[in-house]
Amino acid sequence: MKSRILAIIASIFIGIAIGISIYTFIYAKGYSYLLNDPSACANCHVMNEQYDGWIKSSHRSVATCNDCHTPASFVGKYWSKASNGFWHSFAFTSGKFHEPIQIKAHNRQITEQACLKCHQDVVDAIEGTYPQTKQISCLRCHSSVGHMH
Amino acid sequence: MAENTTSPLLTKRRKLYLLVIIAAIMAIGSTALLINILEHKQEAKNPFYRVTELTDDIDDPSIWGKNFPLQYDGYKRTVDQVRTRFGGSEGLPHTPTQVDPRSVVAQSKLEEDPRLKTIWAGYAFSKDFREERGHAYMLEDQTYTERQIVVKQPGTCLNCHASTYTLYKKLGAGDITKGFEQLNQMTFVEGRKQVTHPVACIDCHASDTMQLRITRPAFIEGMRAWKFAQGIKDYDVNKMASRQEMRSFVCGQCHVEYYFQGPEKRLTYPWAKGVKVDDILAYYDEAKFKDWSHAESGAPVLKAQHPEFEMWNQGIHARSGVSCADCHMPYKREGAMKISEHHVRSPLLSINLSCQTCHKWPESELKERVELIQERTYFMRNLAMDALVDLINDIKAAKDAGKTDEELTSARDFQRKAQFRLDFVEAENSTGFHAPQEAARILAQSIDLSRRGQNAIHTLSK
Repeated sequence: MKSRILAIIASIFIGIAIGISIYTFIYAKGYSYLLNDPSACANCHVMNEQYDGWIKSSHRSVATCNDCHTPASFVGKYWSKASNGFWHSFAFTSGKFHEPIQIKAHNRQITEQACLKCHQDVVDAIEGTYPQTKQISCLRCHSSVGHMH
Repeated sequence: MAENTTSPLLTKRRKLYLLVIIAAIMAIGSTALLINILEHKQEAKNPFYRVTELTDDIDDPSIWGKNFPLQYDGYKRTVDQVRTRFGGSEGLPHTPTQVDPRSVVAQSKLEEDPRLKTIWAGYAFSKDFREERGHAYMLEDQTYTERQIVVKQPGTCLNCHASTYTLYKKLGAGDITKGFEQLNQMTFVEGRKQVTHPVACIDCHASDTMQLRITRPAFIEGMRAWKFAQGIKDYDVNKMASRQEMRSFVCGQCHVEYYFQGPEKRLTYPWAKGVKVDDILAYYDEAKFKDWSHAESGAPVLKAQHPEFEMWNQGIHARSGVSCADCHMPYKREGAMKISEHHVRSPLLSINLSCQTCHKWPESELKERVELIQERTYFMRNLAMDALVDLINDIKAAKDAGKTDEELTSARDFQRKAQFRLDFVEAENSTGFHAPQEAARILAQSIDLSRRGQNAIHTLSK
């Protein structure tokens, strides 16, 4: 008898937990992070400057946030979204993060690679003059093509 | 055996208990997250709660602070005394006396560098000159400086040592320029009785819209004169300046070179020929103005006062459209809201917010860059100071040896020119950073002028 009551209570709590989680997900526009719309990246306003900058940038009509900030493969893209999504939420909720925000080395590497999605042909000629181990950094000079800062 | 029969049941029940607890914790966690998101969404709406009605006659910052607690909180923190390598202030204990009840003061610059006493001999600054402290102390430090005892200071000083906007209005029956004229003609002691606060919200912000505005008639007049020199007639800074310009102009109301014009002691910014050091000196020469006669050399000399606005104008940051507030009052995040930091201070104390917004280098690298500029400026400043002290000693020796005023005119003029230039960099609060090349140029010229002054003396003795 007792375990049946417990089971009912458990079910209620599980139901509440799932319900609130779904509501939180909708309220926080969680679904938007699964899509491609750049405005999702400014949902929490921390990246407003980057978003505003992108709107005025030369790349706004050819590349969204995801085009430059996630890997090309499907799994890579969603793994990157999940990992960044978790850490960004964690930083924003705890309020502990460096201001102004700075890209991490791993994410910067993803962006370096992303340039080549479109511009590989352009750089083939200059890449050849460097040893294979020393990749030329696009961002060293072109860091403001997507957005300033 | 009994244990064996009961334990699976207990385990099942325990599992259920555990499930209940985990589910409950998840529900609590989700709710906490939900509320956190809700709060952030509220912050992002940038709510402004009007808890009190502000008018154009309220100068008390604590009342404004009720509507803008975050900005007020930063403003209050200007009491902090923090040293940077070449600036900032150190809180030194001081035994309160009847005339000076302060228990903490900043370090004395005269004791740090006694050459300043020689350079300012005969002027009140040679008696007491301490490192400037934060905005919170501006009124207190001006009230109790020993300079008050040496010289009877005019009410003009209060234009930049107190919140005077409401006083201007009161004295001028609504006309701030008339009120300004009256304040200038009072004694410091008279004027001091009528002001309560150091610079406050109302000195930079309009009470109804919170927009930046200029409240100091001396700046309005100075800008009009400077713009006139550039061919722009009837310039009205409150109507014609852009928002970004205002983010520097409100600071330029006080962080400038100035003098008291005529017997009315009208606070005047000497910009009618421009704001470069050469323009300002040409202006003073034309007006035949001197701050005092040097006690040792007899030269008609000038004292430059904190020309930050003028120096910044010559630098790369001004040229790139970076305002005073961009570095000294950088944007900071409070939850999902951004506000400008009202804890006005050296950007070296907030390199991430002040510099890294544009310069993507580690904080340590940026700090080193700034200090390298300052070190080099300080090196040149020391050379210029030695050269000037040498010149003063030479003129004094020649005077004591019986040389006439006429014979000494040329050397004294060199002193006036060299000294004003040196002081222009020395009194400027960035140790060259606001315009590194300009500061170097000014100091190079100062050294040259001092040595040429010595040559003028040596030619006499031949």
